[in-house]
Formats: sequence, C-alpha cells, structure tokens
Amino acid sequence: MKMPNLPKKPQLNFKLRKPQLPPKKHWRSIAMLWPSLFGVLVFFVLPFVVILYYSLINNTTQRQFVGLQNFVRLFNNGAFLIAAKNTLLFSLIAVPLAVVLALGLALLLEANIPAKSQFRTFFLSPMMVPVASVVLIWQVIFHYNGVMNKFLSAFGVQAIDWLKSDYCLLVIVVLFLWKNLGYNMILFMASLANVPKELMEVASLDTNSRWYKFVHIQLRYLSPTILFVTILSLINSFKVFREVFLLTGKYPYDGLYMLQHFMNNTFVNLDYQKLSAAAVVMGIVMTIIIAILFIIEGRFGKDVEG
Amino acid sequence: MNRFKERLPRGLGQRFPAFAKHGRKYALMTLLTLLAGFFAVLFLLPTVLTITNSFMSESELSANYGKIFSSLAGSGSTYVADTVNLKFIPDMVTFKQYWTVLLQSPEYLFKFWNSVILVVPIVLGQLAVAALASYSLMRYRGRFRDVIFFMYVILMLMPYQVMLVPNYLVAEWTHLLNTRWSIILPGIFTPFSVFLLTKFMRRIPKALIEAALLDGATEWQLFTKVCLPQCRSALYSVAILSFIDYWNMVEQPIILLPNETLQPLSVYLSTINSGEVGVAFAVATIYMIPSLLLFLHGEEYLVEGITHSGSVKG
Repeated sequence: MKMPNLPKKPQLNFKLRKPQLPPKKHWRSIAMLWPSLFGVLVFFVLPFVVILYYSLINNTTQRQFVGLQNFVRLFNNGAFLIAAKNTLLFSLIAVPLAVVLALGLALLLEANIPAKSQFRTFFLSPMMVPVASVVLIWQVIFHYNGVMNKFLSAFGVQAIDWLKSDYCLLVIVVLFLWKNLGYNMILFMASLANVPKELMEVASLDTNSRWYKFVHIQLRYLSPTILFVTILSLINSFKVFREVFLLTGKYPYDGLYMLQHFMNNTFVNLDYQKLSAAAVVMGIVMTIIIAILFIIEGRFGKDVEG
Repeated sequence: MNRFKERLPRGLGQRFPAFAKHGRKYALMTLLTLLAGFFAVLFLLPTVLTITNSFMSESELSANYGKIFSSLAGSGSTYVADTVNLKFIPDMVTFKQYWTVLLQSPEYLFKFWNSVILVVPIVLGQLAVAALASYSLMRYRGRFRDVIFFMYVILMLMPYQVMLVPNYLVAEWTHLLNTRWSIILPGIFTPFSVFLLTKFMRRIPKALIEAALLDGATEWQLFTKVCLPQCRSALYSVAILSFIDYWNMVEQPIILLPNETLQPLSVYLSTINSGEVGVAFAVATIYMIPSLLLFLHGEEYLVEGITHSGSVKG
C-alpha cells in the first residue's frame, strides 16, 4: 500500500511583530478644532483687538492716536463711575455670601440628613427657572405695598420702598443668591466628596471637634473649588443686570444702575470710543482680579495638590 | 454629652432607648433637617407661587395684588383690597388665562417661538462645534495645545459686557445687526462648552482609544464611534447648561436685536408685567415649562455637568 501524499506543511511567509499604533498625525486631529477656533477668533478675539485699537484713537473716521484720552474721558464720566461703583459694591456683598452660604448648604446636605437628594433638587431648582418667569412674584414681595413690608410691619418696622431706595441692592443680592446658590452648592458637594475618607477617620481618632476637622482638612481640600466658585460668582454677578432690568426696567433707581445699563445707554449714542474703553477697562480689571485669586489659592492650597 | 442627657424629658429616654443613647445626635439631625426644610421652602416659594397664581382668575388676582399692579386697580368695578395677600391655592381654578394666551392673543406664542428659534440652533450648533473642538484638544498633543486651551479659559471667564462690543462690531460689519444671526452665531462659538466637553473627553480611558487605533480606526471613526458614545451624558449636560443660559437671555437681544417682533419672550415678559397680570402669570408659567422639564428629566446630567465645570485647571 502506498502512503497518501501528505499535504505540505503551510509556510508562514510573514514575520509576527508587535502591533504598533499608527504614527501620530497632529494635523488630522487639529483639523477638527478649526470650526471652533475660527469662530472664537472671528467673533471674540479679533474684534477685541480692533476694540483695543478703537480705544486709542479719536474717532473711526479720522483715526488719530490720542493715547489714553478715551480712558480719561471714561473715568470722568459720572454715569460710568456710578455704574462701576454699584457693580463693585454688589459683587463685594454678593460674591462672599454666595460662596459661604453655598458651602453651608453643601455641608448641610453632607450631614446625611433624610431626603438628601430631594433637598438637592429643591436647592437646584431656581437655577432652571427663567428669571423672567418669577419676576412677578418678586415684585409682589418687594413692592412698597408688598408682602415683605406687610410681614415686617407686624414687627413694627417702617415700610420700605425696596426697589426705589438704598435697600435695592439688598433685594438684588437676595435674588442673586436665590438663583446661584444651587450651582455653587453642587460644586462644593463634589469637592467635599473628594476629601479622602481615611484622613477624616484618622482625624476623628484625634479630635471630636467637627470645627477642627472642617478647618484643617476639608477647607484645605476645598480651596481650589473655593477659588473657582468665587470666580464663577464674580462672573455671574455681572449678569445680575438681567434681574435688575426685568424688575425695574431700563431706568432703575440710581443704586441699581449697573455697568450693563451704562453699556446700553452708550450703545444708543454709538460712542465707539467710550464703549471700547469701557470694555478694555473691564477686561483688564477682570484679568487682574482672577490673577490675584489664583495667586492666593496657590499660596493656600499648595500642599494638598499632587 | 451627659449634661444633655439629663436635660431630656425623662419618659423619652425610657421609651426609646436609641434616643437616650444618641439623643444629641438625633436632636442635631432634627435641627439640621428643619434648617434644610426652611431653605427648601424659601427656594421653592417663588416658582410654586408663580405656577399656582397662574390658575387664579383676574378678579381674584386683583383682590390679592390690586395695590401692586396698577392696571388691575384701574379696572374699575373689581374689588381692590387694601392689603396684599400672598395666596398659595386659588379659590377657584381657572384656565381662562391659558385660553387667552394660547388661542386669543398669538403675540405671546410668537415671542415663545422667537425664543425657541434662537435657543435651539445655538444649543445644537454649540454641541457640534464643541464636540469637534474638544475631541481635537484631547487628541492633539502639540506645542500650542495648552496655549489654545488657556485662551478658551480666559475667554470663558470674561464677563459678557466685555464681549458685547466685539459681538456688536462683528454684527455690524457683516450686516447681521438686527437679525437673529447676530445672536445665534456668537452663541454657537461660546468657549464654555468647549472647555467643559474637553474635560469630559480627557477622562476617556487611553486604552480604549489605543485599542481602536490598533484596529485601524481613522480619526473620524475614532471620534464618532468611540469618543462621542463615551461622552453622551456630557453632551447632554452641556446642552442643558447652555439651554438655561440662553433661554434666560436679556442682554443680547436688547443690544443686538432691537427689532421687537424678533425679541424672545424673556425680554418681552418684563413689559407685560404692567399689562394683564393674569395673562402674565400664565405666560410666565408656560415659559418655565421647557426648562423645568429638562431639569426633571436630566437632573443627574446637570449635576454631572456642573461638577466637571468645577476646576479651571486642565
């Protein structure tokens, strides 16, 4: 008997090699950035450069450089000074309150009270309600004949015209807090959850003082969040014009005349030089404030990062 | 601790041993819960009142708030109370205001439509642009990455008033002033959504991306088949956050869209306050509905979105 021819053993004619990632091609991924980058450059960055230029010339037809004259004119403008003062005063009152109270709410919810998630929903809800919708109720509350005065009169307090007296800033602060505390609270809750549990437990062995643990451990870990919440509240405090406008219209009481009102009125005259100078000043001031906040945070929270 | 136990009523500790043991803790918890409840009532009050008051009849409203809204007092025959009553539950539920808004006076619906037609393109456009940009900010590791990202952060942190003049200038140059595009186009390129989505994209495990690349995925496939599905909840939270912001807008329409027939309801609502109050309450409630629905449906996404916006550093 003849043995059948066995098939030839197949020959591997390629070398096995480790799989390799394709070479990185930066330009392919950066191509997808272009729509956004183009938009940002065209709508924000380049016009801002033009505005820098506008703030240094006398008018858009003659285009002569006048140095800092526009800025001098701006700082001699009564309306701008009032608006800047009011906005600054408002931010100085509202921002620290927004940070502290939001931290308080976050700690309250962290304390394992019952119905925690429902409370979170309640505290967050004002954020989702359009300001324009609840403005009617705010008017009912803070009108001269309104609910607040009725309530206070029970304690013998003289009626106050909330929106047309120096108390107006207080009303807007309340509105601001109502709207923004929820957002800040969520940020603080996330950051409280990031504090290492072991550290808190170890500390519990040493001390029974809740206050000690809060100041020496939690606050340290919270410091980047405190910085961010401060910046965020600062930005939002510039947005408070919405509430003021919806409550009191285009021409509010003097104490509520905000920078946005100033911008609106200057837009009516189309005084480009003044507008540009105001925008540049605000941009610079904002940059300085943010830089200072970063430096403070860098000093305070350095030892817990990384 | 001991001192506190002594102060407790005697029967309570005997009846509930747990209370005797943890008495102080319970007392503290009750106190904290009451505090939270108090704040919750304060936070919910304006919203709830707006909704319930929208079901009150015009005469009931004028009986309650006649002193405040002058238009009501002027309507003659109705009874105007001397004091203001803050009322939660209407005496008689009526849908008359809604009937008026929805069927008899179409101007409110037009304004509502204006809001929709401004906000929806902005949100969708933002998602598209920001998804592409954040993907490439995640993939691209070249020299300029940090510079570009820093630029977005700085722009994000600028108050709107700084960017208003640039927006106005561009709108004027392109002859888009007083059209919807003057608000939509800058809205689409808002740096905030790029910033937020980039932070989500960077959390995609590197192994996943490398595995896809080994299987021969192109950049586009990597983007659409791997990264986008991973970021689905992130896209949703960006959408919610930018929706609220633009649904609320007031500054932009006043400056860039002086044409009142095109203005959104958020601006218009403040002007009808002095008019028919009952209708104003109804319109206000209708205006709340889309954002409240989004909130109830996507609260988890919203919280996640806020959480990740929480630090400026990359």
